[in-house]
Amino acid sequence: MKEEKKATRQSYGEALLELGRKNKNIVVLDADLSGATKTDLFAKEFPERFFDMGISEQDMMSTAAGLSTCGKIPYVSTFAVFAAGRAYDQVRNSICYPKLNVKICATHAGVTVGEDGATHQMLEDLALMRTLPNMTVLSTSDDTQTKWAIEEISKIKGPVYLRLARLATPIIYEENEKFEIGKAIQIGEGTEATIFATGITVSEAIKAQEELKEEGINVRVVDVHTIKPIDKEMIIKCAKETKKLISVEDHSIIGGLGSAISEVLTEKYPTKLTRMGIKDTFGKSGKAQELVEYFGISAKSIIDEIKKEG
Amino acid sequence: MKITDISELKEKAKEIRKGIIEEVYSASSGHPGGSLSIADILTVLYFNQMNVNEKDPKWEDRDRLVLSKGHASPALYSTLANRGFFPIEELKTFRSLKGRLQGHPDMKNIPGVDMTTGSLGQGLSAANGMAIAGKLDNKNYRVYCILGDGEIEEGQVWEAAMTSSKYKLDNLCVIVDNNNLQIDGEVSNVMSPYPIDKKFQEFGFKIICIDGHNIQEIIDAFDVAKNIKGQPVCIIAKTIKGKGISYMENQVGWHGKAPNEEQYNEAVEELGGAK
Repeated sequence: MKEEKKATRQSYGEALLELGRKNKNIVVLDADLSGATKTDLFAKEFPERFFDMGISEQDMMSTAAGLSTCGKIPYVSTFAVFAAGRAYDQVRNSICYPKLNVKICATHAGVTVGEDGATHQMLEDLALMRTLPNMTVLSTSDDTQTKWAIEEISKIKGPVYLRLARLATPIIYEENEKFEIGKAIQIGEGTEATIFATGITVSEAIKAQEELKEEGINVRVVDVHTIKPIDKEMIIKCAKETKKLISVEDHSIIGGLGSAISEVLTEKYPTKLTRMGIKDTFGKSGKAQELVEYFGISAKSIIDEIKKEG
Repeated sequence: MKITDISELKEKAKEIRKGIIEEVYSASSGHPGGSLSIADILTVLYFNQMNVNEKDPKWEDRDRLVLSKGHASPALYSTLANRGFFPIEELKTFRSLKGRLQGHPDMKNIPGVDMTTGSLGQGLSAANGMAIAGKLDNKNYRVYCILGDGEIEEGQVWEAAMTSSKYKLDNLCVIVDNNNLQIDGEVSNVMSPYPIDKKFQEFGFKIICIDGHNIQEIIDAFDVAKNIKGQPVCIIAKTIKGKGISYMENQVGWHGKAPNEEQYNEAVEELGGAK
């Protein structure tokens, strides 16, 4: 993990511009948040392929659906709470049911939105999006992985939900490192515990891993960048090889990463899993890093959990 | 397959109405009222106006139709079947597990259906997307979108109306099926969207008001619409819910109900008997 930090929304904006240069079928839609979602980078170079739909997320989703029926590849952006929440029915009926080629890149997910507070902190999007048939759900953890994902999802024929964050987090992977949709990344070989993480919690988990190592406790981190389809093999492998399983996410403990892992474990290899995340409550205003501590999804919380008996 | 003769188009509309009755009777469910009210409009679109190819339903230069009031699927399916997209016989499988004719239009599995609809209020947005794509690619196709008058109570319709106008979608033609009835009663009482013409006009549309059952007026309206540049067009079609079946006309009870055998026979007879 590097010292350098970058928010995945920034990586998104940069990668989208690159993709737009390579593929003229890429069109971008935003709902009056292009400065925040970073689609403004694309808008500046390709104004004719950028559509600011104003504050109307429902219209934006269905418009993207229509564009995709004519061979365009729409990348649709707004805050996660509006993309997955407000426009849920449009995503379900206009995009997922007909399996249309729309890429929903939702920024500002989780409590790490910070000061804006509960109304803007989306904690249920992974739950909502992964129940939709035909949907692929990604949640990337750093700059390298996000840039990879932006191009990779353009190759999938069908809807994708990509969860991105506002908070700048450390760059974890080397430039041009390769990933595969549906294949989680194992970091380290420790057998004391597995920390399954996704999005911004991956860097927290790696921090915890490094600190624990100094105390002689060897754990592994699994970066679950694809929530659906979930990497069953990796989950079962870690359940077999490690003593403790923990999931940690900047999302409700209901329906997200922890739930997805639990579903696999229950059916394939019953094992106890401790789900760390937002415990069936709404968010709060505060500084992002304070909230990570407050809601118990920080490196420190992970360390405490691993050191617990039983 | 362009039909220009008015009496021939009227005959075609009758056949399409027969198909609608056949579908809802076979399924013992479905929405005859709002299907019958758009039968004449769909007849003109698919037999006089739209450039489509039943042998190549996904032809990229085709004109497109989004039936935003997706519950009127019997009308769309009957029109598509009569236009040759699939066998008329198949209408009997409407809403059945063994068939592909879903309760609401499904673009993935039904030839000729350009957009999946059913959850009201989303179709105009999708039609906008198609029209924008046409402009981006310098294509000449036109996009039609049929809205229900009750449906326009959905807020998304007005978000979409702003979009049609912002992007000057003169390749888009909206038709409001103004039969003034929705499930709970008269549209004007349940949640009035009136004045519909002034609302769309203020949202930037060119308005054309017609009798939605007068074939010549429908043709003329679409012909005029084609030549309007720089703004989208909205045709407000005054229609009668249940049009063509005497006992269904203007009866809100026939919004979403199928006829029994006796009623079915009566309907078929009114439409000139079995073919």
